[in-house]
Amino acid sequence: MQKISVLLFLAWVSFLFYAGIALFTSGFLLTRWELTNHSSCQEPPGPGALPWGGRGEPGACWMASRFSRLVLVVIDALRFDFAQPQRSPVSGEPPVSLPFLGKMGFLQRLLETQPHHARLYQAKADPPTTTMQRLKALTTGSLPTFIDAGSNFASSAIVEDNLIKQLSSTGRRVVFMGDETWNDLFPGVFSQALFFPSFNVRDLETVDNGIMKHLYPTMDSDKWDVLITHFLGVDHCGHKHDPYHPEMAKKLTQMDKMIQGLVKRLKNDTLLVVTGDHGMTVSGNHGGESELETSVALFLYSPRALFPSAPAEKPEIIPQISLVPTLALLLGLPIPFGNIGEVIAEVFSEIEDSQPRSSALAQASALHLNAQQVSRFLHTYSATAQDLQLQKLHRLQKLFSKASADYQRHLQSPQGAEAALRTVVAELQQFLRGVRAMCTESWARFSLVRMAGGAALLAATCFLCLLVSQWAASPAFCFGPLLKPMASGLSGAMVCAGLLASTGLKLDFVVVGAMAAVGSLLPFLWKAWASWGSKRPLASLLPMPGPVLLLLFFRFAGFFSDSYVVTEARVAPFLLISLILLLVAQLHWEGKLLPPKLLSIPRLGFLTPAGPPQYSAMHAVGLGVGLLLCIRLAGLFYRCHEETPICSSSPLLSPLRSTVGGRAKNLWYGACVGALVALLASVRLWLRCYGNLKSPEPPMLFVRWGLPLMGLGTATYWALAAGADEAPPRLRALVSGASVMLPRAVAGLATSGLLLLLWRPVTVLVKATAGAPRARTVLTPFSGPPTSQADLDYVVPQIYRHMQEEFRGRLERTKSQGLLTVAAYQLGSVYSAAVVTALTLLAFPLLLLHAERISLVFLLLFLQSFLLLHLLAAGIPITTAGPFTVPWHAVFAWALMAAQTFYTTGHQPVFSAIQWHAAFVGVSESRDFTWLSAFLVGANTFASHILFAVGCPLLLLWPFLCENQGSRKRRQPPGNEAEARVRPEEEQEPLMEMRLRDAPHHFSAALLQLGLKYLFVLGIQILACVLAASILRRHLLVWKVFAPKFIFEAVGFIVSSVGLCLGIALVMRVDGAVSSWFRQLVLTQQK
Amino acid sequence: MKDTDIKKLLYTHLLCIFSIILSIFIPSFFSENFSILETHLTWLCICSVSVTAVNLVLYLVLKPNVSSKRSSLSYKVTRFLKCCIYFLTSCFFFHVIFVLYGAPLIELALETFSLAVILSTFTTVPCLCLLGPNFKGWLRIFSRNGVTSVWENSLQITTISSFVGIWLGAFPIPLDWGRPWQEWPISCTLGATFGYVAGLVISPLWIYWNRKKLTYKNN
Ligand SMILES: [Zn+2]
Ligand SMILES: [Zn+2]
Repeated sequence: MQKISVLLFLAWVSFLFYAGIALFTSGFLLTRWELTNHSSCQEPPGPGALPWGGRGEPGACWMASRFSRLVLVVIDALRFDFAQPQRSPVSGEPPVSLPFLGKMGFLQRLLETQPHHARLYQAKADPPTTTMQRLKALTTGSLPTFIDAGSNFASSAIVEDNLIKQLSSTGRRVVFMGDETWNDLFPGVFSQALFFPSFNVRDLETVDNGIMKHLYPTMDSDKWDVLITHFLGVDHCGHKHDPYHPEMAKKLTQMDKMIQGLVKRLKNDTLLVVTGDHGMTVSGNHGGESELETSVALFLYSPRALFPSAPAEKPEIIPQISLVPTLALLLGLPIPFGNIGEVIAEVFSEIEDSQPRSSALAQASALHLNAQQVSRFLHTYSATAQDLQLQKLHRLQKLFSKASADYQRHLQSPQGAEAALRTVVAELQQFLRGVRAMCTESWARFSLVRMAGGAALLAATCFLCLLVSQWAASPAFCFGPLLKPMASGLSGAMVCAGLLASTGLKLDFVVVGAMAAVGSLLPFLWKAWASWGSKRPLASLLPMPGPVLLLLFFRFAGFFSDSYVVTEARVAPFLLISLILLLVAQLHWEGKLLPPKLLSIPRLGFLTPAGPPQYSAMHAVGLGVGLLLCIRLAGLFYRCHEETPICSSSPLLSPLRSTVGGRAKNLWYGACVGALVALLASVRLWLRCYGNLKSPEPPMLFVRWGLPLMGLGTATYWALAAGADEAPPRLRALVSGASVMLPRAVAGLATSGLLLLLWRPVTVLVKATAGAPRARTVLTPFSGPPTSQADLDYVVPQIYRHMQEEFRGRLERTKSQGLLTVAAYQLGSVYSAAVVTALTLLAFPLLLLHAERISLVFLLLFLQSFLLLHLLAAGIPITTAGPFTVPWHAVFAWALMAAQTFYTTGHQPVFSAIQWHAAFVGVSESRDFTWLSAFLVGANTFASHILFAVGCPLLLLWPFLCENQGSRKRRQPPGNEAEARVRPEEEQEPLMEMRLRDAPHHFSAALLQLGLKYLFVLGIQILACVLAASILRRHLLVWKVFAPKFIFEAVGFIVSSVGLCLGIALVMRVDGAVSSWFRQLVLTQQK
Repeated sequence: MKDTDIKKLLYTHLLCIFSIILSIFIPSFFSENFSILETHLTWLCICSVSVTAVNLVLYLVLKPNVSSKRSSLSYKVTRFLKCCIYFLTSCFFFHVIFVLYGAPLIELALETFSLAVILSTFTTVPCLCLLGPNFKGWLRIFSRNGVTSVWENSLQITTISSFVGIWLGAFPIPLDWGRPWQEWPISCTLGATFGYVAGLVISPLWIYWNRKKLTYKNN
């Protein structure tokens, strides 16, 4: 019952945190309202005559169509400089030669030879620069907001008005070939479509070759009005290699050839548009708002002359969404309702008519239509949603009505000069730009109430953790009062929600969750205050020692500085090292390292400090130095944050596949396998040292045989993955099949191992010897294999006594008939053996999701935590009969190490650093982003969170394990004389983890305390993120640094809290199994 | 405990502070383009030398430690050599610690080492002056109930405050303010110096305020 209530309570506290996070998120990551209104030909955007009497003509709309056909070529991630013409180098300057420069020679030739037909623009994409957001913007002309960024790979149909919908509703035949995302965005719109899966970024050819196969035949057939193609090769090349790879040159040349073929087949009434959806960073990723990601090539070509003048020396910079109204008007469509883009005015000049006035008039009328449409949208939008700033809105509306009046005036007086029309054009453009600026600013507006509520809820929950963890450390702690207010509050909130639901109100799950959280939290805090808090001074609520509090404060404050968030990979180890040095120094300060003789002045010889030193100085200093070395070595695996100006990520993070040179590859492969073997060997050695490996139980059999098998599988998988490109063609199928099956096999083995562990978690060796001279039941938690008969006869009265107390009646009877001597070994480390085994089993599948060389980090990780646990245990006194405590510095160091490992496994809290390749491990063919891929990528990203959260109970268990070494050492010198006389040898036998079992009540309380403390430290981090994001919400870097950090930290918190509950549940399962094992033992004794 | 001891302590500390201030101002008379930030390493050397000199002079004048019985020349020479070795060892030790803390391994090694030198000047040199090359004695001072005199107590305080200072000095490094003093290792040396000076100021005051509570074992 106590165990259940511990888990329930932890789950409830986690729920409180989740509710706070959800409430904050709902206020912080807002979406823009999507209007479902549509423009139509019949309904002009505003009053006033349509130019050229658009309505009357067949096929014409707001404006007469200038092109009846369109070929839109979207080349994913076509950055501006990929298509930029290469000027012949100025003399004296060395020619720049990069694989991606000047590879689109055909475009360049077109621009040079036909300046009135072709034009290249530098289009500015709005962040987030993910494909789906950009496609949405390219068809609706709006600004998809940040929150959509998450749905990139699970896209859904566009509800807003868009070009494609307009095309199909006016009866054009739209043919599409390319990226499957279009099918999700525009389901069932295309008259003919050929979709290719987009998610497998390793594949550079399938999509492009597939399109190429069908492109020209479709072009030549006459079954289309609009032909859209979306090529993925360039983007995938960026993701797989980077823009500097020779493959990129190949890809771009291929695209250039493709365009050449298209241009050859173009007819006079056809417009060709070649554009990218976004750019890419130097590492080939995208999603953020850096210059390289947002600058996109946009190329227009028409066989008819389209532009009145030759292009400027430097391509003009225009917003990417300008394409939407421009295409709409050129094709004779109404501009999509929600568009806020601005037409490219020069396209609308009258080429045939050489009069400058008519040209200006044509531009002005196109812009006026555009402005009318935008004004109508603003009007409708501000009536629906209140998130636009009223003042600005009014100013813009005034600007529009003035420009509109001017336009009408000049329209009516045909003698108006060209200059006057130019001012009208300028006014209209000013209006359109003002609208865009206002929308950009306003669609990142926050709900302050929810943000404050979420932050308050998180803060209160942190306080609760502090309160209860302090409470659980007191001897008179009981579980009863914990659950009552929680249950009553939760049920009250349920009833409230039920009532609300029955009244038919629309229920917001976030609000309901927050209500339930507050409803259960308040009675609890009230109760706690009444029964406990008011009796003591508040100062005792701050139980942390000063230095730890200071470090925690620094960590908290670091979240408020963008520099510290960006360099957290260096800051977390810094704090961790400081904490470790502090621990060693503190041990020395308290005289626990050196014998008191050394520390006192010889000639005076004052009293020894309390207790003998538990650890030798060399031991502790060695642990500290080892830890520092591990941390520094792990720091070599460093990935750059995208905001770090001059930085290069460690080459160690890249997969072996991309290593150049066979010798280096082989050496690295050897090192990785070596790390794997070392990891396996050290775990086995550890288990053997504590004797648990001797146990005949299935989990230990698995450790003996299954783990090496898993290691073998992993090593083989690495070999296949590293050499996949070099495999001979006839073996390709075999290799690819094996590299899919091997990770699955390892994961399956790990799962079966975990199941075995859950089934029989007690890993002890029982020896029964018949016919002992004096019949008695003996349970020795003696660690290590029994060496002699004397060892077997070893008596441990403590356990014996407790056994007696537990099963007195039965034991009495047993004694009377007793024939057996039962000795059980390794009981002393039964809990931690289970946890360590579980961690190892978890580590293998997680390792497979990372690049090969991360195995070295995993080895360091295990080593590091082992050393840290030992060092921490040195400072913790072993209490015999509870209450047990886990000190704050231990929990904090553990959390810091989790954070450090997050970075050393090659992660950064930014979206561009997510290792998507993890989604392909053990997946044969991924057509789409499924839950499985999400799970795999999540497990890759939060591997360190999982491992450290599950391993958290070790913090409680380890000091008891270390008792073994301490007492063994003490055995050598003659012990206390009086003791030795009474019970020779007996007192010295370590009880180790059985001490915890001796006080089950305190054991549960300690687990609760441990969980709460860990949640508190994590909660403080998430609270800092929340506060930073809300206070700095107007900060320049909020979307680049603080918001991603918050999201990563929030997901990390959820993962950690689940892992923590699982880890604690595992310990409880072992405890239950040990109990039933004892019971069984007694029953067999009775027979 | 005598108040005269505390007074003496205060004066010696003032002298140390004075030497640091002098090391900032004196060189600018000789060299035009001397400044703490731009010719940082020069200043570091001058500061380190002057603090060491003052410490040595004070030690020779005051002899706060009970002088040892043997006073032969060879003993003194070996003692001095030992001190030098200890000093160098501590420099290398601090260098290693800085590298483990995250300082670059190969680049800027000279800067890192000079930081180690200045930290040794603030911590190891006073220890050597007061206790001699006696590592066990050092360990004793930095443990609870280990100090036996006003001098040792003040040594404890100045050393700890130097460490805290250098540690705090590392905090501005990641910030993107682009100030010249954020460069490695300027902020750390400044931090160490401020910490040392603060320790020099605080320790006499602290000892004075707590003189009732402090009972050294040999008094
Ligand atoms: Zn894309
Ligand atoms: Zn991409």
